[in-house]
Amino acid sequence: MTELPRSIREAAELLRTRKASAVELADLALARSHADRHNAWLHLSDDHAGAQARAADARLAAGDAPLLTGIPWACKDIIGTKGIPTTAGSRILEGYIPAYSATVVDRLDAQGAVMIGKTNLDEFAMGSSNENSAFGPVKNPWRADRVPGGSSGGSAVAVAAGEVLFSLGTDTGGSIRQPAALTGAVGMKPTYGRVPRWGVVAFASSLDQVGPFANTVEDVAIVCEAIFGKDPQDATMVTDFPNDDLRRDLDKGVKGMRLGVPKEYFSVKGMEPGVERAVRDALKVLEKEGAKLEEVSLSLTDHGLAVYYIIQPAEASSNLARYDGIRYGLRVEGPSLLETYRRTRGKGFGPEVKRRMILGTYALSAGYYDAYYVKAQKVRTLIKDEYDRVFEKVDALVTPTSPTVAFPIGAKVNDPLSMYLNDIFTLPVNISGLPGISVPCGLSEGLPVGLQIIANSYQERTMFRVAAAYERATPHHLERPKEKAA
Amino acid sequence: MAIDRSVVEKAAGLARIALTPEEVERFTGQLSVVLTAVERLKDVDTEKVSPTASVLPVSNVMREDEIRPGLTREEALANAPKGGRDGEFFRVQQVLEERP
Repeated sequence: MTELPRSIREAAELLRTRKASAVELADLALARSHADRHNAWLHLSDDHAGAQARAADARLAAGDAPLLTGIPWACKDIIGTKGIPTTAGSRILEGYIPAYSATVVDRLDAQGAVMIGKTNLDEFAMGSSNENSAFGPVKNPWRADRVPGGSSGGSAVAVAAGEVLFSLGTDTGGSIRQPAALTGAVGMKPTYGRVPRWGVVAFASSLDQVGPFANTVEDVAIVCEAIFGKDPQDATMVTDFPNDDLRRDLDKGVKGMRLGVPKEYFSVKGMEPGVERAVRDALKVLEKEGAKLEEVSLSLTDHGLAVYYIIQPAEASSNLARYDGIRYGLRVEGPSLLETYRRTRGKGFGPEVKRRMILGTYALSAGYYDAYYVKAQKVRTLIKDEYDRVFEKVDALVTPTSPTVAFPIGAKVNDPLSMYLNDIFTLPVNISGLPGISVPCGLSEGLPVGLQIIANSYQERTMFRVAAAYERATPHHLERPKEKAA
Repeated sequence: MAIDRSVVEKAAGLARIALTPEEVERFTGQLSVVLTAVERLKDVDTEKVSPTASVLPVSNVMREDEIRPGLTREEALANAPKGGRDGEFFRVQQVLEERP
């Protein structure tokens, strides 16, 4: 075996028929990951993975192992892992070793999944290209001079390059869906409040959610079933929401479903014709499969970016106040405590994090709080209302994930606003707390394009149903980058 | 809205971030562009709209108040920065000054 199976489903079958062992799968994943040339990894945990794989084999031999037992996976390095370094892509946390694991990691451990290591990301998940990592940019496996998207770039590449079978990322404004689109993976952001965030480094707490990358819609749903559900450690979760069978409707097809196509998503500046063409083709496929397409209007789409770039830096400036050089991480001592804080943070944070801290602090400061922060929160209400109204008429929305394919490394680093525009189609979903998934829908200029499917809150099953129907009808999810890691 | 260097310096001071003069210069230009872009929110009528802090329809999530194990002292101190630990304590600089 020189390549991993194509899906979790296939791997689980191999493990159960004894055609492969968990140790073999882990060794292969580790070998491919060690050979990775995309800078996707910050830490590979050979010993930990070996021990988990041996335990998985014992469990498989004993029977009744869950579907994820023995499946190799990758963890974005903003999610805490007990005894394994967790940096959030920042110098300020270099060398930090968590004393406990995030709940999502505990849950995957309990399933018997095998964690191969920690993946590269934009520092504190702030970015759309993975160029803001303190440990160097991640490269796109489809073309080494292109970005993989961000902020979960390493987790997207680890799946797209066939190094693991799934990975976890975090999505605050598109940080799972956009890199999934740019690397040809499937990536999904759950409804706000369905996945525990205990142990995950906080960025913008009213927007952050953990979610999976994988090769197929079914695989993503399998991982969601393992990580969804209430955690007493997280007070920002939906209470008593049934942890239902998310795969139940995968095979139902879209016949008779009403799918909304928001016209504003096709009229933005900077939308590449190749991307629009691929998405329009995907709409035709869904129509052919029996869905009823309806043009809808989300008139505030354009304002989403402004709302997001006030609320998100404001919340981040508060969350990141904890990095003060006192209890963990980097400390750069000055002549006074205040000066120690300033020097530690000046040295420890990269430029994008500093920009957002300053922007967020400004938006929250006396005299500007109402004009910026409260105003943005009010427009947020209107954006959410608009989605609520649209979902009275349609079952799901179908849109492009990103206006462009993967762009050249270095093209946008000095122009924050043009970088922020990458997330124009994904961030309204976070603002409104909705679930969204990106699935591959073909190539433009030889690079992957993503199709985004958005459902109403808690309607992941409906979202998966549409995504799976599209996947079955097209071969796009089978396309793989030619430049492989091994 | 275009801003000048003093705005960046003041916000960086509040955020406890030391900036080089070059950073102040660069961030002033970049943040002016971003702040100009977000200004369009003024065009939206929000007269009768209440702000959304969270999309979750929950408040006051309660749980049993029971004693559970937390981090041990050693675990809590294990990640102390270089020079930041003194035996069983984090070492910090003096914050109170003697009265002259």
